[in-house]
Amino acid sequence: MGDFPTGGKLFRARTANPLAGIDAVVAEKLLGEALASGGEYADLYFEFRCGADFVLEEAQVRSVGRALVVGLGVRVLRGDATGYAYTEELSAARMSEVARTAGQIAAAGRTVAPVALTRLDGSDIYPVSESSLARPGPEKLALLRRADAAARAFDARIVRVEASLSEEWREILVFTSDGRLAQDRQPMLRLGVHAVAEEGGRRQGGRSGTALRRGLELFALPGHAPEEHGREAARIALAMLHAEEAPAGPMEVVLGPGESGILLHEAVGHGLEADFNRKKTSNYTDQIGKSVASQLCTVVDDATIGHARGSVNVDDEGNPGQRNLLIENGILRGYLQDRISARHFHSEATGNGRRESFRCQPLPRMTNTFLLGGQDDPEDIIRSVRRGVYAKRFSGGQVNISNGDFVFSLTESYLIEDGKLTAPLRGVNLIGNGPEVLRQVTMVGHDFKLSEGTWTCGKDGQSVPVGVGTPTVKIARITVGGTRTP
Amino acid sequence: MSRLPDARRCQEWAEEMLSYALAAGAQAAEILVRDASELEVKVRLGEPELVKDAGSRALGLRVLRDHRVAVAYTSDFAPAAMRQFARESVELCELAEPDPLADLPERHEMAREVPDLDLWDETAPSLDAARALRLARQGEQAALQLDRRVTNSDGAVMGRVMGATAFASSAGFSGGYRGTNLSLVVTPVCDDADGKKRNGYHWTSSRFASGLLEPEAVGLEAARRTLAKLGSRKIATCQVPAVFAPEAARALLGQLAAVVSGGAVWRKSSYLAAREGTAVASPLVTVVDHPLLPRAPGSRPFDGEGLAARPNVVVSEGVLRTFLCDVYSARKLGRRSTGSAGRGVGGGPQVSTSNFVLLAGKTPAADLERVPQGLYVTDLMGFGFNPVTGDWSQGANGFWIDNGSRVHPVSEVTISINFDDLWKSIDGVGDDLDTRSSVQSPTLRVSRVTVAGM
Repeated sequence: MGDFPTGGKLFRARTANPLAGIDAVVAEKLLGEALASGGEYADLYFEFRCGADFVLEEAQVRSVGRALVVGLGVRVLRGDATGYAYTEELSAARMSEVARTAGQIAAAGRTVAPVALTRLDGSDIYPVSESSLARPGPEKLALLRRADAAARAFDARIVRVEASLSEEWREILVFTSDGRLAQDRQPMLRLGVHAVAEEGGRRQGGRSGTALRRGLELFALPGHAPEEHGREAARIALAMLHAEEAPAGPMEVVLGPGESGILLHEAVGHGLEADFNRKKTSNYTDQIGKSVASQLCTVVDDATIGHARGSVNVDDEGNPGQRNLLIENGILRGYLQDRISARHFHSEATGNGRRESFRCQPLPRMTNTFLLGGQDDPEDIIRSVRRGVYAKRFSGGQVNISNGDFVFSLTESYLIEDGKLTAPLRGVNLIGNGPEVLRQVTMVGHDFKLSEGTWTCGKDGQSVPVGVGTPTVKIARITVGGTRTP
Repeated sequence: MSRLPDARRCQEWAEEMLSYALAAGAQAAEILVRDASELEVKVRLGEPELVKDAGSRALGLRVLRDHRVAVAYTSDFAPAAMRQFARESVELCELAEPDPLADLPERHEMAREVPDLDLWDETAPSLDAARALRLARQGEQAALQLDRRVTNSDGAVMGRVMGATAFASSAGFSGGYRGTNLSLVVTPVCDDADGKKRNGYHWTSSRFASGLLEPEAVGLEAARRTLAKLGSRKIATCQVPAVFAPEAARALLGQLAAVVSGGAVWRKSSYLAAREGTAVASPLVTVVDHPLLPRAPGSRPFDGEGLAARPNVVVSEGVLRTFLCDVYSARKLGRRSTGSAGRGVGGGPQVSTSNFVLLAGKTPAADLERVPQGLYVTDLMGFGFNPVTGDWSQGANGFWIDNGSRVHPVSEVTISINFDDLWKSIDGVGDDLDTRSSVQSPTLRVSRVTVAGM
């Protein structure tokens, strides 16, 4: 591994990369120790992460923060059982201790020796000429000031703005006992704006932001100027000031392009993670080759989209990220695999073994998950609805994996009356069941959009960055949780 | 290999880093050191699935220079690295803008002693992976054997955390304490007639091994809860009373904690911002934040800025008595801190509750279900709460109540009501306080909510 990005204010002192001394010799010794108690497979996950964050609040830089994290996680597998241990201290003695602790899961099996390591090379799908961490701090503060000023200038009713920027550079090194050596450098840059509008005692908030694997050049790209997020947050806050109580009960719903993909992530994506299917606790268990959605639906998980938040060159088990077809014209084609599950299903790795940090064992996880575009004109889709809800912005969702029941919370939505968007609605939830709702898809727009928002997926207490996307989609019937009964 | 966290060693590190920060030019600084070891084992269908056994420590630093603040985090405790980290963190202050309110507490506000809250179980270190696996297996076994309709399992997880926390502040405080926590959760799965899978769970958690339920009891209750969900269905959209089981009520109370936080108040992010001294809930509701309860999950002897922890009555018979404040939000609101700062190694102080308790009422919980029709809510889903407006809408699972008894399980519905109305229309508080977690509630009944279903 080379130097990590230094320079500028934040990391002026050229700290040596704490992973610099980790090489194949060290790794092979540790893998041998991890397997000494009889494990069948072992891997080492070295991680070095540096990050910084800046918060502008009430037009003042309130606080600056930074973090430096380094550690090793050792995993040993025997059958379906995992032994896991980790340490932040990379001394030879401590690393050996951790390797042996992880190995204890495999009480006295036949001893397997690790295979010599071969480096895995691939193209970089998120090259950055320079990490934002290497740039001087004032450049980043200037970006926040631009976002803040744009939000305030948008309307006199904007009474409060908070803008934040966070940046991270993560380096990983993965060594496996079956001979793989993979490394990756994963940048992440996030900008977020929260605006509050007030008028006559009413108050509402709006948020906008972006997170991509890029350097500061991100903000020079079309549509990515900090001002745009400032204005968008202000626009949502104002639009929602006069929002009405939402209707309650089942009705037609049109999902707007982009971030409605969160619905797909929750309703379908989690249920296709192979661990749940291996354990037969997912509603998609044993459904491969069967119809699980309207034939208008084709769903993919794609880790290879340039600079996208959910993309990975290699996953956290050392396998290359790739594009995986999950549902094709309504037919279930495959699951998202990690190593344990791929062995169970006798299938290839899909590059979906991900973990939050060296403190966590990998799990099958999504990367960028989305519904492909269809044939319909988005205007026609809205026009086709007599009375329903148009979902534009989401704050998040939750699913019960075992039966697919989900809930989504909308932060911006509108009533559709006679084919037109009318009143903004407040406090709207959508509730339903994953497989059922995908069967209710009756129109799919040709306006596919990948959301560039800050989506973070949680599972078993581990958070990983993901991407979501959809075109405009019409769902014939879904329960809207509002307060106004018909 | 679990190493025992050492509060005294943590305190030495904290004091060492404090001296480096001050030497590097910080005018004020505070250091938090956290050293923890975790053991987590999972058994599924009788076989071990995971044994995780690891120790972890990290240091969080807040430094001030001319009222400019920087916050930093590291896990490198080598003395040379600590010195360099202190220097670089102090330099970071230059990037922040001066904020006259940004400062440590005043010297006279600081805690003078560290009360012993009995948070450390001497027997906890003796739990090893083999015994934890055995306990988890017993729990899962009990669930699988109760009824043949229990067809699968998401496993049983036994966990133990042993942690030491130390804090040193240039405002004149240095102290540390240790705590343990143990838990077991069992998650059986049943197949329903319509092909849907139903999962449920039950859990036990305590700072002391002796406070845990027997594994068999956990497994049996988990299986009962899962079986009770068989045949779940939607109901028609309606307006009815809702009875919130303690676990669902706890979620409501957690959301209330967010809007009584001084941070949310000065940020205009709470619908309660102008409501101190007024009725914000039914007279049946009294809520106390109590950090000094012995052996309780959320107890802490001092707060995240080194102030003595103290109980605060937040809502008294429905009237909002105080917002919970750390030093900064208190200064923003022109008052004193309530000693309610929380602090993680990864960030600066922020208001956080300790043991946030809605005091039990006198009504037997079962009596709250005596309504002609209503929804008994066992759990809530989703993120449908807008703290600025109080708009509230969440997914819910539970049981339909007809003529005072639960007649069938309900799923895939949402319940909606303005959060302010929800608290004001509580017309029953049960006697069944659930003390397993740091947010504690008994059963609550709300006189009328909108249920969106079919």
